[in-house]
Amino acid sequence: MTGILDYGAGNLQSVFKAVQAVGEPCKFVRTPDDASDIRALLFPGQGHFGDSIRQLKNSGLWDLVVEWVREDRPYFGICLGYQMLFESSEESPGIKGLGLIPGKVVRFPSAPGIKIPHMGWNTVEPTDPSDPLWLGLPEEKHFYFVHSFYPAPTDPQIDGAHTDYTGNRFASAIVKGNAVATQFHPEKSQALGLALLKNFFARIPA
Amino acid sequence: MLTKRIIPCLDVTDGRVVKGTNFVDLRDAGDPVESAVAYNKQGADELVFLDITASSDARNTMVDVVAATAAQCFMPLTVGGGIRTVEDMRRMLLAGADKVGVNTAAITNPDVINDGADMFGCQALVVAIDAKSNGDGTWNVYTHGGRNRTELDAIEWAKEMNRRGAGEILLTSMDADGTKNGYDIELTARVSDAVEIPVIASGGAGTLEHLAEVLENGKADAVLAASIFHFGDFTVAQAKDLLSSRGIPMRPIFTLS
Repeated sequence: MTGILDYGAGNLQSVFKAVQAVGEPCKFVRTPDDASDIRALLFPGQGHFGDSIRQLKNSGLWDLVVEWVREDRPYFGICLGYQMLFESSEESPGIKGLGLIPGKVVRFPSAPGIKIPHMGWNTVEPTDPSDPLWLGLPEEKHFYFVHSFYPAPTDPQIDGAHTDYTGNRFASAIVKGNAVATQFHPEKSQALGLALLKNFFARIPA
Repeated sequence: MLTKRIIPCLDVTDGRVVKGTNFVDLRDAGDPVESAVAYNKQGADELVFLDITASSDARNTMVDVVAATAAQCFMPLTVGGGIRTVEDMRRMLLAGADKVGVNTAAITNPDVINDGADMFGCQALVVAIDAKSNGDGTWNVYTHGGRNRTELDAIEWAKEMNRRGAGEILLTSMDADGTKNGYDIELTARVSDAVEIPVIASGGAGTLEHLAEVLENGKADAVLAASIFHFGDFTVAQAKDLLSSRGIPMRPIFTLS
């Protein structure tokens, strides 16, 4: 059973359906007690960094996420569920993130001819293609992105994949033990996204 | 590399696709959910539902269509038509849409764009602009399917929508729409240069060459097309093949083995 963190920030149906579609039973985690019988925690997010941090705090789920990741239990963060792991974001100056991973979230620099948000399908290059996360995926991996900010981890060792946008090569995924987090949306990335989720569940130690 | 997007658009009224689609393998060509699934399989990069239902009570039908589609298609979905308030946006987003398209309401009440962007993030807001040429290198914004002229300059309007928090512009040329003679390249390029957000070109696609033209010369980030795909003239895969051969970055289609 996998838990999908629901801190009241919008529609999580697509994530729920995507997890179901790859054969993993799942439920929503709305209180810390809901997490008692789950093996993996999925943290989807979309919207505003500061608002999401506030909502997460108000939901009483903040400590759950912190402990879960610190104990290296299987975690999958998507978009804001990736960005919020870091210390801060240029989107919301002065607001502290979860601070579980050193580094901050920065904005793509504005320049003539550069479209922001970075929206659409872009290539994702794993730093370790032999990681079972990427098993069975084609050589050229396109995932769906929609974001104006991206995390810059202090320690490049945790970079799980890179993506280039407008000359900015950023960490589009991180992999740290049992924690995986992506800037792109697997739940919106058709067959490739489902394959990645399936691999994530298969990769969980028994 | 970020690829250019091909976005089929389905016009829906009272829960049915207008005129239907012409895919051989569909049981019910008028069913929007079945058509969406077919486009998902074809490798469309996103999908747009345009709700042209006249009556407001039939909107509930659209909510059901969106929910059923989102449960089966793991791809970005935009819903436009009749979105007037932040509450309308919320309903569609909660039903499973990733983005909502706003057209007339952005003109009658521009603050709805600021409010929507604050509430749901700019990535969820697509502002649709219907533009018609004045014949002198300027374009005005029209409403009601091109019938009502407003005093708004299309380029300036696109910039204002960008400032107010739109995440994307869906730009339809009322001159080109329905002609199958190609997109309005000049209009699209002018708007694309004027805003920082992505621009989806719409109106006028008759051949695959037209898609290439507006992506190259029109500087569009994505193309919206309806009839060239619905009636089986071309598949999304054929479009991607041609555009790739022209050097336009396209996402290859991948199916799980």
